[in-house]
Amino acid sequence: MADAKTPKPDELIAIRYTPPETPWMETPTVFRPGTWSYSGNVKSLTALGLPNPRAWQPSDADWKLPENWQSIILEGMKERLEKYRSFRLFMELCVRCGACADKCHFYIGSGDPKNMPVLRAELLRSVYRRYFTESGRRFGKLAGARDLTVDVLKEWFYYFYQCTECRRCSVFCPYGIDQAEITMMGRELLNLVGCNINWVTEPAANCFRTGNHLGIQPGGVKDMLEFMADDIADRTGVRVEVPLNKKGAEILFVTPSGDYFADPGTYTCMGYMMLFHEIGLNYTFSTYASEGGNFGLFTSSEMIKRLNAKLYAEAKRLGVKWILGGECGHMWRVIHQYMDTMNGPADFLEEPVSPITGTPFVNARSTKMVHIAEFTSDLIRNGKLKLDPSRNDHLRVTFHDSCNPARAMGLFEEPRFIISHACNHFHEMAEDTIREKTLCCGGGAGLGNDENMEMRMRGGMPRAMAVKQVKEKHGVNRLACMCAIDRATLTSLMDYWVPGVTVTGVHELLANALIMKREKNRTTDLRGEPIEGKAADETL
Amino acid sequence: MIGKPLGISVLAILILTLSALGIAFTPLSFLLTALLPYAAFAVFIGGFVYRVVNWAKAPVPFRITTTCGQQTSLPWIKNNSLESPADVWGVIGRMALEVFLFRSLFRNTDVAIVGKRPVYGSAKWLWFFGLLFHWSLLIIVLRHLRFFIEPITPWINGLSAVDGFFEIGVPTLYLSDGALLLGLTFLFLRRLVVPQLRYISLVTDYFALLLLLGIVTTGLLMRHFFPADLIQIKNMALGWITFVPAMPKEVGPVFYIHLCFVFTLLAWFPFSKLMHMGGIFLSPTRNLANDNRMRRHLNPWNAPVKVHTYEEYEDEFREKMKLAGLPLEKE
Repeated sequence: MADAKTPKPDELIAIRYTPPETPWMETPTVFRPGTWSYSGNVKSLTALGLPNPRAWQPSDADWKLPENWQSIILEGMKERLEKYRSFRLFMELCVRCGACADKCHFYIGSGDPKNMPVLRAELLRSVYRRYFTESGRRFGKLAGARDLTVDVLKEWFYYFYQCTECRRCSVFCPYGIDQAEITMMGRELLNLVGCNINWVTEPAANCFRTGNHLGIQPGGVKDMLEFMADDIADRTGVRVEVPLNKKGAEILFVTPSGDYFADPGTYTCMGYMMLFHEIGLNYTFSTYASEGGNFGLFTSSEMIKRLNAKLYAEAKRLGVKWILGGECGHMWRVIHQYMDTMNGPADFLEEPVSPITGTPFVNARSTKMVHIAEFTSDLIRNGKLKLDPSRNDHLRVTFHDSCNPARAMGLFEEPRFIISHACNHFHEMAEDTIREKTLCCGGGAGLGNDENMEMRMRGGMPRAMAVKQVKEKHGVNRLACMCAIDRATLTSLMDYWVPGVTVTGVHELLANALIMKREKNRTTDLRGEPIEGKAADETL
Repeated sequence: MIGKPLGISVLAILILTLSALGIAFTPLSFLLTALLPYAAFAVFIGGFVYRVVNWAKAPVPFRITTTCGQQTSLPWIKNNSLESPADVWGVIGRMALEVFLFRSLFRNTDVAIVGKRPVYGSAKWLWFFGLLFHWSLLIIVLRHLRFFIEPITPWINGLSAVDGFFEIGVPTLYLSDGALLLGLTFLFLRRLVVPQLRYISLVTDYFALLLLLGIVTTGLLMRHFFPADLIQIKNMALGWITFVPAMPKEVGPVFYIHLCFVFTLLAWFPFSKLMHMGGIFLSPTRNLANDNRMRRHLNPWNAPVKVHTYEEYEDEFREKMKLAGLPLEKE
């Protein structure tokens, strides 16, 4: 196994953007420890019925591929070229203008030219040309074509698992070529011969069986939520209910399991529970649909559908009117761009209307699932919440747009509206690093594992440096985001590049500021840290 | 290898030039003026249509819009209808910005590590010269219609007059000619000078630019240094479209080279990256509305998959659920 030692920040920032002397087709891929992820284990692959389960690691010389692996891959390519206009177009449309090259956080952080989106795509395109175009068949290398060899397959693996599918490049591409789409195709092909990573396949297998990535069983989910209810009672003096698998609830609430599993996500989850209690929402969590995230997105479109099917199925079983979704990034890519198409139509649900304000969420009238930031900003706008933003005065907050809500939804103003009502000190990062141009946490799409730490720190460097800038300028000490993967990965990223900045969900900030009926004199925030001005009173 | 793709491209251009010259001084020139125009044009149209139809035939299973602005959600939040359109009018606007003004390229930035952190700078040069090149090329193509229309329609004359407005030199230098040369030169030098671009460039990338440079250079030579007999050329062009091709006399070798380059471009176009001209209209990240949760998008090959049902889930965890006091479907 790889024994990775992550270099110190000072060493890591010495990045050279000069390409190597050797042409890229002749530059071998080196599986350097710290820059790749462990293979998917036999158990997960078997549980999901994925091909070629076996014990192997990417650092092995022999990947134990099926004998006819080449024809499997080429057949797979052919099939996908027929099924996806995006794939067919993106294989042929690129003019190699290079506008995308320095937009990828992994390129900015590593200087490895194969992390330029254009070249990452060429890794696949070169094979496409060789087997699917006349010029490639005839002229080979001269036409930018090459044979599909084991080394090429390994190169695919290395670089398609060094892309977080964040789509930043597609914002800058004059033809909208989306590297995420190419990476997704590349990963689907790799999956056909059993080359996948455990940080994706194990959560997917867990999710399939237990309902969530972490494999938490029904009792565990209940325990965790009740534990959080205890914490809420401790901090606020208010006892909130924990509705679970409740038939007849009006709304099914689905959030990533990261929110009820580990800090700092748990504080965000406490935030949801406090909010729902305060407005008297008739809602329920579900143990069967206890995961909003969907690691199928990082496997194949078929796997997305298999894992996503639970949401509508559970909504139907429980008889709710519509679904509300928590703060998560790739979960919302799936819900916004895939769910209705794959598992709809949700004609057994009603068009979502806020039971508190009466606002119809017309933008969700077909999918019938509303983002919590849309829901909450509507509450604030209609004056349904009493907020004391000064309770967040010990925090100087900046906001990280997570890639998927930013570039696959356009959810920009809602979270900012909530933050600006919940906090007095909110400072935006540099313009080139937020909103549609937002930079990645470096650990999305299944790459947020420990063995890949150096690459995560490299990929996250541009984001971290933008935080560092507002830390130095405005004293920012809290990085808000709306994604469970972010809450986990940005925490390590901040510790490495910008110590002193901690990570929060937006609803944690909201809950700090939320004045609840019959609450006690709150002296601490949800984390038990003293609220400015209040703690001093207590010691008097 | 860096020099190799460029070298091969230069070689290809030289071969083309020599073949054109070879043809010019032999009876084979008949090929160039009477047969190739039809062949090249047919390949261009046929190939172009084939490629676009081939793309269009592939389904769009998912609506994967890249959103570059605020979505349409609550009525009091202003949506960005051009960067995140929610309806067809917004999409048309977004596509128009993309096609006519290269909106996405306008966003371009560059990055450098300065003082141990990445610094992003504005980098509009690619956008500027790219736009300059494409618009000049369009104007020049339109101006060339005067060879095919008799009498010349007023708008073509008007276009030429505006294009030659500054009346520099005799005959007047067309601004679009200069702009095209400038734009192409920039794009070519950029590919040579920027190490990353040199690294990713293929033969076809250099060849496209060199071929276009060849066309514009021979065109300029004919207009300003080796005047070609325009009457002869027009007669020939009119001959093409009336299907009575006429052999021009004394038009000079430069014209043959020009013609040879143009036919090469036409015939090669549908098989090259230049097809981005047609492809851009089909790009699903740009030409779809961000109305995913409002209107259901249909996937023609949406197939049933193996799911884990609630019943299977409860069967596995029934005892544990009972123990935790969770409601059950079957006791």
